[in-house]
Amino acid sequence: MKNIKPRLKVKEQDPQKRNMNFLEVALGYSLEEAKEEALRCIDCKNPRCVQACPVRVKIPEFIKLLLEDALDEAFDKIYEDNILPSICGRVCPQESQCEGACILGIKSEPVNIGALERFVGDYGMEKNLAEASKQIENKIKVAVVGSGPAGLANAASLRKKGYDVTIYEALHDYGGVLKYGIPDFRLPKDIVTHEINNLEKMGVKFVKNAVIGKSITIDQLFEEGYESIFLGSGAGLPSGLGIPGENLSGVYFANEFLTRVNLMKARAVPDSLTPMKLGDNVAVVGGGNVAMDAARTAKRLGAKNVFILYRRDRESLPARFDEIHHAEEEGIDFRLLENPVELFGEDRVVKTVKVEAMKLGEPDSSGRRRPLPTGKYKTYPIDNIIISIGQKPNPILKDNTMGLETQPWGGIITDEYHMTSIPGVFAGGDVVTGAATVILAMGAGKDAAHHMDEYLQNKHNV
Amino acid sequence: MYKIIEKKVLNKDIDIMKIEAPLVARNAEPGHFVILRVDKEGERIPLTIADIEGNNVVIIYQKMGYSTQLLGKKEAGDTIEDFVGPLGQKAHIRDKKHVIGVAGGVGSAPMLPQLKAYQEKGVKISLILGARNKDYLILKEEYEAICDNIYLATDDGSEGTKGLVTDVLEPLLKEDDTIDHVIAIGPVIMMKFVTLLAKKYSRSIDVSLNPIMIDGTGMCGNCRVSIGGKTYFGCIDGPDFPGEDVDFDELMSRQSYYKDEEHVCYLRLKQ
Ligand SMILES: Cc1cc2nc3c(=O)[nH]c(=O)nc-3n(C[C@H](O)[C@H](O)[C@H](O)COP(=O)(O)OP(=O)(O)OC[C@H]3O[C@@H](n4cnc5c(N)ncnc54)[C@H](O)[C@@H]3O)c2cc1C
Ligand SMILES: Cc1cc2nc3c(=O)[nH]c(=O)nc-3n(C[C@H](O)[C@H](O)[C@H](O)COP(=O)(O)OP(=O)(O)OC[C@H]3O[C@@H](n4cnc5c(N)ncnc54)[C@H](O)[C@@H]3O)c2cc1C
Ligand code: SF4
Ligand code: SF4
Ligand code: FES
Repeated sequence: MKNIKPRLKVKEQDPQKRNMNFLEVALGYSLEEAKEEALRCIDCKNPRCVQACPVRVKIPEFIKLLLEDALDEAFDKIYEDNILPSICGRVCPQESQCEGACILGIKSEPVNIGALERFVGDYGMEKNLAEASKQIENKIKVAVVGSGPAGLANAASLRKKGYDVTIYEALHDYGGVLKYGIPDFRLPKDIVTHEINNLEKMGVKFVKNAVIGKSITIDQLFEEGYESIFLGSGAGLPSGLGIPGENLSGVYFANEFLTRVNLMKARAVPDSLTPMKLGDNVAVVGGGNVAMDAARTAKRLGAKNVFILYRRDRESLPARFDEIHHAEEEGIDFRLLENPVELFGEDRVVKTVKVEAMKLGEPDSSGRRRPLPTGKYKTYPIDNIIISIGQKPNPILKDNTMGLETQPWGGIITDEYHMTSIPGVFAGGDVVTGAATVILAMGAGKDAAHHMDEYLQNKHNV
Repeated sequence: MYKIIEKKVLNKDIDIMKIEAPLVARNAEPGHFVILRVDKEGERIPLTIADIEGNNVVIIYQKMGYSTQLLGKKEAGDTIEDFVGPLGQKAHIRDKKHVIGVAGGVGSAPMLPQLKAYQEKGVKISLILGARNKDYLILKEEYEAICDNIYLATDDGSEGTKGLVTDVLEPLLKEDDTIDHVIAIGPVIMMKFVTLLAKKYSRSIDVSLNPIMIDGTGMCGNCRVSIGGKTYFGCIDGPDFPGEDVDFDELMSRQSYYKDEEHVCYLRLKQ
């Protein structure tokens, strides 16, 4: 194999400046840089990267088109499999998917597929390449519940096949976690808005402020003439630690914290009506993307000491590699192998967190080494603590839909065609898998659309 | 956008508003609430559904701070940005013989649909309405139509008993053993003391909790309340809960965590 050049670094905002603003951290490649990085791809015959991408983006093919300056075609190539390239290029856990399998990774560093996909996606967005041509209309009504990546992908696929698609969203804005969860410095909100506008131009209808199960039930949707329904309501319900003091004032769940900042635009009082109250010392519990986002957001809101409490070691942190790295650069302190066991307050406002030192034992069912208590404790003074240890589906659909079967933890049960226990009702994304990733949710929405189409075509042809 | 069909000023602080919102009206039941945003920059605030008339939803709100003041500046014909519901669990309408409602201030608004539901079941209904002074005793006529007894209490004695609702409630619970259930809706401190009385006289009690909410769909966790040492989400498990084991002090603390920031917003509106 010829000598491989090192991976071309993506320009980033200076850590000491960016931890005071909400502008995007990674600045992305220029065309020249993208082509330079694209040259590293050796165009494998059996590309391992493609196998490792949940939606099988034809990576070497789009990279080749990029090198040939055929940017429109490169965009179309990605778009065949992924309708949200600008978003996935930014937030996919590439190191455990496409890039994790890239052959170059064995001897050197993998091709920066994420940054290349982002580049082509942004190019396509600027040129409005995704703008839809006129549709065939089959006049069959389908409803989509939730406007996160699963719902958006499902709606786009069905719309392309000619269906009359309506998305119902509980909140006052569309995009699900892409809008209320992931902060601007990782995923600028205008990108999400652009994608939503694209769907609107394709003729997808959007209804906000509609909580399915409450405002309209599944039965009522069928009565209104929807012939199939996709449930993409996500896993929004935050889990607690279940430790004493968890409901003291000043203790936030990450969703509250991030929603106030992202969806409700809390920055500093009095600029926002939904403010965020944050002291100097902020602890964040958890080691996933949500925890990294919470910690980095806290820093940007002016907290002086932000530290992460995580009960396993650094290698076990489930967050994207880039986010951990960026958090460290921005001055977030990682207190590893520490598990909060109690919170203490003064006048019912949290003041102290007591943590237990942990050690790692044998691997557990997740394959990671199980954290074990040591009986050694420490306390830290805090002004706020943000709990980011996981989410599950909210119970609204389950509680208000007769015959909808769910797992004990709340996930909706589906068969291999993504159909739920109710004929004609399909589901996908976090509401089926539990909290996962944008691309898995998108992929599920798209696959489900395929089976919904089959289901509806069968129904109409007999 | 949601159109304001009608608006009436009930007193200096409290308005009643009828808003066109078919998606809220369709499945609403007593105890459900809405979350609204007045304008594009608005915060999300919860208000109880006081009544449903066809496609229209009636809300009654007290102009407490920024958002409710802003809402109060709107008139019939204007629109508000967002209005979502019905949220929460419907009220528990239990098998009882004689229910006494205890409503403090604007709590008399959310109380009305609940007592109506009991009345429709043929349950005997007594009511204690409490307020600062006689101008703040709202919905008296509506209640007269459904209640067997109404007792009034004002802080200044301008109408009814001078004193607190608990002063009126205690002798009733002591003397009238037909009363087998209490419902308290009002300031948290009032619900706390009414609950203590209900416990003292061994009556069951339901309260309607009003923690700070954002989404109202179980997503943010801001609305959590402790009941008997367990955590519940006010927006999806409530807002109505049996009162006995509610940690009212925790609720009061969590409600007031943002009071300085709310004050800043409020001052801005005054400018
Ligand atoms: C802070 C944070 C950071 C993350 N970072 C990453 C990352 O870097 N990379 C990555 O790949 N993944 C990340 N994830 C995970 C990823 O965002 C999710 O896996 C993905 O968004 C799931 O998509 P979804 O469409 O299933 O659900 P969601 O995005 O949760 O969307 C569901 C939508 O349905 C709506 N809804 C719920 N109930 C109803 C109802 N009854 N009626 C109508 N609407 C309803 C909700 O309001 C919401 O808008 C992150 C998640 C969070 C919270
Ligand atoms: C389920 C529920 C039903 C309610 N029903 C009614 C009703 O029918 N009529 C009525 O007048 N009021 C009702 N409230 C209270 C109402 O939501 C608050 O008065 C309103 O949010 C105050 O907002 P503000 O900006 O005007 O005042 P602010 O000055 O911002 O706040 C005043 C106080 O209101 C509370 N509050 C503020 N923001 C919120 C929020 N987002 N969610 C909940 N509480 C908040 C806090 O305790 C705060 O100290 C209800 C609350 C809940 C939770
Ligand atoms: S969608 Fe995600 S996993 Fe697939 S190629 Fe793009 S960045 Fe990689
Ligand atoms: S595995 Fe790596 S080198 Fe091979 S095609 Fe994929 S990106 Fe290119
Ligand atoms: S209001 Fe957000 S979870 Fe209840």
